[in-house]
Amino acid sequence: MEIDPLIFRLSIFILSIFVGYYVVWSVTPSLHTPLMSVTNAISSVIIVGAIIAGLSGDSESVFNISSLFGFLAIALAAINIFGGFLVTQRMLAMYKKKKKDK
Amino acid sequence: MISANLSAIFYLVSGVLFILALRGLSSPETSRQGNLFGIIGMIIAISVTFLATGNFSSGFIFVLVFILAGGSMGAFIAYRIPMTAMPELVAGFHSLVGLAAVFVAISAFLNPEAFNLGIPGNIKLGSLIEMSIGAVVGAITFSGSVIAFLKLQGIMSGSPITFRGQHPLNAIILLSILALIYSLCSTQSSNLFWILLAVSFLIGFLLIIPIGGADMPVVISMLNSYSGWAAAGIGFTLENTALIITGALVGSSGAILSYIMCKGMNRSFFNVILGGFGATNNDASQSSKEQRPVKSGNADDAAFLMKNASSVIIVPGYGMAVAQAQHALREMVDTLKKNDIKVSYAIHPVAGRMPGHMNVLLAEANVPYDEVFELEEINNDFANADVAFVIGANDVTNPVAKTDPQSPIYGMPVLDVEKCKSVLFVKRSLSPGYAGIDNDLFYKENTLMLFADAKKMTEDITKNL
Repeated sequence: MEIDPLIFRLSIFILSIFVGYYVVWSVTPSLHTPLMSVTNAISSVIIVGAIIAGLSGDSESVFNISSLFGFLAIALAAINIFGGFLVTQRMLAMYKKKKKDK
Repeated sequence: MISANLSAIFYLVSGVLFILALRGLSSPETSRQGNLFGIIGMIIAISVTFLATGNFSSGFIFVLVFILAGGSMGAFIAYRIPMTAMPELVAGFHSLVGLAAVFVAISAFLNPEAFNLGIPGNIKLGSLIEMSIGAVVGAITFSGSVIAFLKLQGIMSGSPITFRGQHPLNAIILLSILALIYSLCSTQSSNLFWILLAVSFLIGFLLIIPIGGADMPVVISMLNSYSGWAAAGIGFTLENTALIITGALVGSSGAILSYIMCKGMNRSFFNVILGGFGATNNDASQSSKEQRPVKSGNADDAAFLMKNASSVIIVPGYGMAVAQAQHALREMVDTLKKNDIKVSYAIHPVAGRMPGHMNVLLAEANVPYDEVFELEEINNDFANADVAFVIGANDVTNPVAKTDPQSPIYGMPVLDVEKCKSVLFVKRSLSPGYAGIDNDLFYKENTLMLFADAKKMTEDITKNL
């Protein structure tokens, strides 16, 4: 009997939780705020769903009620992606080591 | 147009890059590279989606327009936001992830053909369940984050809002969500889907209003976790590996942060989310207490004490963020260092309004991160230090947590500030902190209270050094 593809996805999901668990415990506490902003940015990969939804309209009518929700989701996720990565970068650029010559 | 298998492999690659992005955060040196991995992963995921749909019609132009519109808004916010507002920003961003998840779920529900999920009114059962879970969690994330945002911004009062029957009501709503999902799956009725969404928005709102301001680190971490689970739910619906991996990563990340924050307050997760902490005023015990004498001083006294010290430990808290005193503080420390005084910073896990809040503010003020220490690393050093300079922190220094089993904060890990030879405590007044209890530290023999605005006091001390 063939295995339902859902089981494969579930395996990926469960294993990723474990990966996340160990990776996040190794994050240094001083970087917990950048951790939150970067997780924020990457969870906006939901934009791939939004893009599929946005492109679901046919060539005559780009906008139907379903694709409209897709476009809105694209804009929201894009705010997060750009905002999240950039603000993380801005924060990380501030973490400096003690200067040797001091 | 690329095949489904190839795009699945690319999604896997971007999932792995996201793992590396988090891995990079294990030290500040590797963190910038990690962020770059994250960006590459995102670019791969988006490009692959375009290639896989192979639809470069007019719709494609609109997709780009919306990405650019949202992206420039995001970039604008990212550059303009002051570092002290980071908790609000993160809460606001969480709400957007939640809402985006809801919108994608709505779109998939209305037009399942586009996602290969069946036809309207006859969506595959598995997909419908996954979709509803994604939508419910997304909606809770959205309304919960909006409340968290309003509380952090001060638009809504930070004090807990409680009413009778709150917990039973929430329990009933949560049960009704399960019932709604069940009947939605059996009837495929779109009305039920809308009701489900409305109820989920409502419960997100109700879940966060009873939680008070200083518990926000837990709330933000929890919502971070929810936004991950919502993304994972949608990932299952869309059969997309990148989303499933990311959702799981973010979900466990937020859960771990919530756990760390709860442990930092020695409270159980349920105790925090059921809320109401600090709302139950123990006025009776407060007012019956006689006024105990405190020693208060001015900037001159503080400068004198510090000038004659050989080591100083700074304990920053949320008050420093409110007063925007981090730059003034660093200037004071620079002057101290010129006098060959050893200075380090001690950060309590729940200092501030989100995990790592104090570290970011100090980094912003150009404080090198190797001078900043966590509670476990530095707690033994207080006994050997000459001066502890407490600025904007309160409950996290209260020795009562170690001595009085009756105290609501008993058992909470605290910084052993009282072991210092002398303690300088910058505070506006003697009012109790978030936990609503008096800080014994105020009345210790070796404590000098500096009643002033944190920023102004630090500036004055620097002048007197």
